[in-house]
Parts: sequence; structure tokens; C-alpha cells
Amino acid sequence: MTTDRREFLAHAGKYLLLTGAAAVAFDKVMAGRPAEADNYRTTDHWWAYAIDIEKCIGCGSCVRACKAENGVPLEPFYFRTWVERYHVRPEDSLHPEVDSPNGGYDGFRELYAAGDGSKSFFVPKMCNHCADSPCEQVCPVGATFRSPDGVVLVDKKYCLGCRYCIQACPYGCRFLDPRTNTADKCTLCYHRITKGKTTACVEVCPTGARQLGDLKNPKDPIHAFLKDNKVQVLKPQMATGAKLYYAGLDGSVR
Amino acid sequence: MAAGGVRPDHGAASMRESLRHRQHLFRVAALFVTGLLLFVAVRALLVPPDFGLYGHYRAGALTDIRKTAPSFAGRSACADCHPDISEALAKGKHARIGCESCHGALGRHAADPEKLKPAMLEIPALCLSCHTANVAKPKKFPQIDPSDHGDGARCTSCHAAHHPGDAP
Repeated sequence: MTTDRREFLAHAGKYLLLTGAAAVAFDKVMAGRPAEADNYRTTDHWWAYAIDIEKCIGCGSCVRACKAENGVPLEPFYFRTWVERYHVRPEDSLHPEVDSPNGGYDGFRELYAAGDGSKSFFVPKMCNHCADSPCEQVCPVGATFRSPDGVVLVDKKYCLGCRYCIQACPYGCRFLDPRTNTADKCTLCYHRITKGKTTACVEVCPTGARQLGDLKNPKDPIHAFLKDNKVQVLKPQMATGAKLYYAGLDGSVR
Repeated sequence: MAAGGVRPDHGAASMRESLRHRQHLFRVAALFVTGLLLFVAVRALLVPPDFGLYGHYRAGALTDIRKTAPSFAGRSACADCHPDISEALAKGKHARIGCESCHGALGRHAADPEKLKPAMLEIPALCLSCHTANVAKPKKFPQIDPSDHGDGARCTSCHAAHHPGDAP
């Protein structure tokens, strides 16, 4: 009896959703604007992201755009994406100096001198949209999940604010939104990419260091990026199935 | 008590006894079934019908998250109304830069061009946010030291913003 009821509810939910989407599409078609009809299908996409470190100039445009697009609190210093500056001395590449003043929101003031044998570079960071994300696995209520198209999201209505996911993320990509007391993170601009737009950070990146990619689309330039560059993900030993690929990633980056 | 005596009503008494035990069992079973039904009913009320459709989460959350209206219109929206600038941009070194990278989020302007006009840009602060020299920047990237470049002149008096390299 329990099984029957569960099955019935699952089917009812499916039909409810389908009719809802179909009804919206039907309205647009009848109004003579079929292009506005929602034809996004989650099963047609598998989103990934690529960052070319050798192109990043640390201008902070992505950080500002992300906050503007997604209403991320300006203070205290919470970020869905941020930029770090690494300074590696030749004698101690295992212990780089890392700074990220206000997440790179206002850019970076010159701190280091050239010509002393050290090197410095910028590393933009954000959610890795892992295929096997630790944050999703630890959520006790099913508020954090990976969508069928490969984006790790938070259901704000379900989140209890227990912070377990914030602890679980090996990349430090989550924070507790002080306004709602729910977990918050990069949504890969899900409200944009499902409407055929790119993410806000990719839209404004002046050097093309950031790139959104759909791995299920064979014509997407991300395939060329993955093929033409030596790519790496952060903390591959964690087996998170990270889908944020870096080109030119230095071994000192954590 | 009679030795070896068997009470004449012993059989009936044990029968009554076991019936009473059975009633206890029935009561517990009834309580259990009621509790189970109550649990199933309350669970059905509280768990949204779309929970578990795609996985251990509420499928409607995807729809909720998609509802947000984008703030950045995207460069193709700009090119629709400003083809001249878009063509000039495409020829120069700034070709890959999105319009809103410098001009800010203009989704509202794209939706109603008359109502919201983009603000004037802060030059030189905007130019310098990319082009100030920094050792952490890639060597190939054009960088200047503002203290010994331009003699305090406005950047755009020498460089055309949309196609730098050419005079404005």
C-alpha cells in the first residue's frame, strides 16, 4: 500500500510539472512568440567551466559582476567567486603567499617586486560543480543537490542552515547567507544559462580567461580548450569529479 | 485443595485467559496500524509531490532558481541596437570584451532603453582597473604605470576606447 501511494505521488508530481511547463510554452506559442517558450531540457546539457590562469589579469570584474547579478552581500566578505593572488618564492614553492583583498573585488595593489626570482599570478576560484560533490552527500535534508545538467544548487526553501555542506566543501566555495541563514554558493548563473545566456562572470571577463562549457554539446569551444591545453582540476585526489578545469595551473595552488 | 484434583472449570478459564491476551495483542496491533497510517498520511502531506523526481531533492527548486531575472543583458542584446559600435569593437583589440564589462549591468536598459540610460564611465579609473602594471599580470598584457604615462591626460584623448591602437 505504501509503495502504491508513493508511486502514485511520483506520477502525480511528474504530470503536474509537465502540464505546468507545457502550459507556459502553449501560452507563448499562442501569443505569437514561440521563441520565448521554454525549450530548455536538463538532459541535453552537462555544464562545465574552464579557467585559463595565464590570461587572468586580476581586475576583479568577475567578482563585481557576480555580486551584482546574484545579489551576493557586499559585506561581510562573502563571495560566490573570488580571485586569489599567489606569490611563490623559488626556494619554497610548497608554501606560497596567498592574498585576496576583498576577494579581488577592487583589484590588486602591487605588493611584489619583479626580478627577485619569485613569481606571482592570479587564480580565480568558484564552485567546481563537482559530479560527485561532497556538499551534496552530507546534506541531511536534500536541500543541496546536483541538477540533471550537472550544476550544484541549493534549495533555499529546504535548507536548514546547519552549515554541514560549508564544512564539507574542500574548495571553500560555500557560505551562510546572513540574510536568510541558508547556505549560498555559485549557481553557475542557472537563471541565465537555462535561458541561453552565459554566466555573468564569463560575460564580463575582459581577457577571456573564463569560459562556460556544455560538455554534451560537441560544438562547444570547451572541447578545444580541454584538448589544446594541459588542464587540471583542484584537489584531484579528493575524487570530487570537479568540472572546473584550469589551464596553466601551478603546482603550488591549493 | 484436593490432592491431584483438577478444577472442573479449568479449561474454560484458560480459554478466557488466552482470549484476554489476544485482545491485548489486537490493541497493540491496532495502535501500531493507526500510527503507521498517521505517519503515511502526514508524510504525504508534508513531502512535496515533486520530491525525488530527479534525485533526493525537490524538483521544483530548479524552477524556483530559474525564476531570477538576469541583470546583465549580454553582448548580443547590445549589438541589436548599437550595430555601429559593435562593428567598431569587433575590429579592435577590445573585440573580446563584453559591453557590460565596462558599462556595467544593463539588463534594465535593454528591456526599456528610454527609461534607464547607462551612466557615464569613470575614466581613468576604469581603464586603470585593467591596465595598471602589476607583476602578477601576464607579461603579454599591455600595462602602464600611471605615474609615468600620459602626463595626466584623459586616456580617451589618445586611445579610442572601443578600438584602442587607433586615435579616437
